[in-house]
Amino acid sequence: MYRYDEFDAAFVADRVAQFRFQVERRLKGELTEDQFKPFRLMNGLYLQLHAYMLRIAIPYGTLAARQLRKLAHIARKYDKGYGHFTTRTNLQFNWIKLKDVPDILAELASVEMHCLQTSGNCVRNVTADHFAGATDEEIEDPRPLAEIIRQWSSLHPEFTFLARKFKIAVGATPHDRAALKWHDLAVEIVKNEEGRVGYKVIAGGGMGRTPYLAQVMSEWVEREDILAYLEAVLRVYNQDSRRDNIHKQRLKILVNAIGPEEMRARVAREFEEIKRLGTLQLPAEELERIRAYFAPPRFETLADDMPVGDEDFEAWKKTNLHRHRAPGYAIATISLKAIGAVPGDCTAEQMEAIADLADEFSIPEIRVSHEQNLVLPHVRQRDLPAIHARLKELGLATANAGLVTDIIACPGLDYCDLANARSIPIAQKIAERFADLDRQHDIGELKIKISGCINACGHHHAGHIGILGVDKKGVEFYQLQLGGSGAEDAAIGEIMGPGFGEHEITGAVERVIEAYLKLRAPGERFLDTYRRVGMEPFKNMAYLEQLYAAH
Amino acid sequence: MPLIKAGAYARDEYTSVDDAAALPEGAVIVSLARWQKERAALIARNAALGVRLKADQSPALLGDDLARLSLVVLEFPKFRDGRAFSWARLLRTRFGFKGEIRAVGDFLYDQLAFMTRVGFDAFEAPETITPDLFRRALAEMRTVYQPSADGRKTVRQQRTGN
Repeated sequence: MYRYDEFDAAFVADRVAQFRFQVERRLKGELTEDQFKPFRLMNGLYLQLHAYMLRIAIPYGTLAARQLRKLAHIARKYDKGYGHFTTRTNLQFNWIKLKDVPDILAELASVEMHCLQTSGNCVRNVTADHFAGATDEEIEDPRPLAEIIRQWSSLHPEFTFLARKFKIAVGATPHDRAALKWHDLAVEIVKNEEGRVGYKVIAGGGMGRTPYLAQVMSEWVEREDILAYLEAVLRVYNQDSRRDNIHKQRLKILVNAIGPEEMRARVAREFEEIKRLGTLQLPAEELERIRAYFAPPRFETLADDMPVGDEDFEAWKKTNLHRHRAPGYAIATISLKAIGAVPGDCTAEQMEAIADLADEFSIPEIRVSHEQNLVLPHVRQRDLPAIHARLKELGLATANAGLVTDIIACPGLDYCDLANARSIPIAQKIAERFADLDRQHDIGELKIKISGCINACGHHHAGHIGILGVDKKGVEFYQLQLGGSGAEDAAIGEIMGPGFGEHEITGAVERVIEAYLKLRAPGERFLDTYRRVGMEPFKNMAYLEQLYAAH
Repeated sequence: MPLIKAGAYARDEYTSVDDAAALPEGAVIVSLARWQKERAALIARNAALGVRLKADQSPALLGDDLARLSLVVLEFPKFRDGRAFSWARLLRTRFGFKGEIRAVGDFLYDQLAFMTRVGFDAFEAPETITPDLFRRALAEMRTVYQPSADGRKTVRQQRTGN
């Protein structure tokens, strides 16, 4: 993975000192909270319901074992002994004191980490496929480009006070695991007819109260032009976005107000001008230099030989393993969705144990997925029983990756200042209702995503079943949305109708799933059944109880 | 408000003139609207001239007239409004503007380094920003990752020794 050189190290060290000075001035009252806010946000520091929350950047979800150990140390020393992995592949600590933050940043800097641009109206942490470099599906590893974008966007002098946040993702596989179409800007690594590699750029996607899928800006951008092209999109956005209504200031609003055609034309004009200057051209040597950091580990010459084990191991194998590029290897997903647990939460002890596992059985590298799970990217198939046994001891062997209990949920009203409703208890109740593993396997791939407010951090618009918490006169209600997707078949979920009460929502979800089991054709996923039969039969089932109650 | 240039207090040679006010002798700053209305008369005065742009006014609106100006003033209505960062950079890198680019309005100490990087070289700064603090702000970050308008060597250039 990428390692800092002296320049990167100086950059992060300077940034820590800079933030220390900002905190000093805030504590002395020289900066008002209003003035301090954008700068603390740019350093990942939020003021939540109960305390400050610190969001640590995990660029493109790649984390070294020594970094994970440092996070465990911070969890113990400065927080309550756990952290929360987010849908942006970052890690949040929820119980942080402002005066400790500069010290935490210094600790992070010692392992080449920071909180830079994990919040605020700037270019956010760049995300990528969590199986990057390990899957055989990719055209090339998307992380070198993601790292180049990270560096280029770090404290960008022109784009640090944008109209709103700006999220960039990079993908390189036909099967999209990085939710590209849901980003403000996404780069898909593609191959043309001549077999040359280049980039397809899409823009204007986003969740929130007005969900949109990204539109194609350019089917083909040459490698050396990519930063110039991204800068063109950012500049058009910075110049032309509305600034009069916070809810209408994301790029998606601009793209859809002027239309994708006009947006493409503006970007193309800007791109030509930037290209003419030539200062942003990406030399092939630079790409090669960065790519060397991500060279795959030397794999042993092995044959595929998947071990067979007990019932638990077999169940885990079925859902939590993914095909690896090298024979005899596998990609293993560590589910952070134990039944009844908080999705994405991880204790300091678990972090350390996972770091040990990576050291012992893989390369010392862990991935964070936007689905709030962790991944061991390169493990020998023959080691899988030992890995599984260790995970079991840690309570981390839940065999549910991609199944109905692998639920994405935002922190919700239990932590978040913006939330209207709780998300975590709903996720827990649904997981408990479907705890039976045979039943989960029978249901098959089903992505439930829960947000506690319209800002959609829990990606409810992209859930096969999406759940949105709303507040109606002080009472929490939950709206159901069906048919969303965050994959290559991305779609915005359709709202079913009036919301369900806290005690009704689990039952409603169960009835929707029962309806699916009756309606599905052999081998058909929930999403495909929904697309075939539409909302009506699901709606009829979901509201059945209320109908009985009303009569 | 004091004017800071090149890290020190500087005398303001210009008088900023309201749209309705009579023009005084010497160098003046007028709004874009007044410039467009009284262009010929303003050129005929034969004194240094600055135009003030609001946050939603691109310097592209000045077109070839830029060559007649010695100063462009860019307004920050709120410090969070970052449009002027693009305007300043365009002035320097696309339109080749060599005159003064002055920041007025609501901006903070923490933005001075960014502003300098995109091409601002004059700041009507609040009293709390002293020249000492100004110079401190510019020295906070020793490295930069992206080319801008200030000609600073980027990390990539430093790495390759170019």
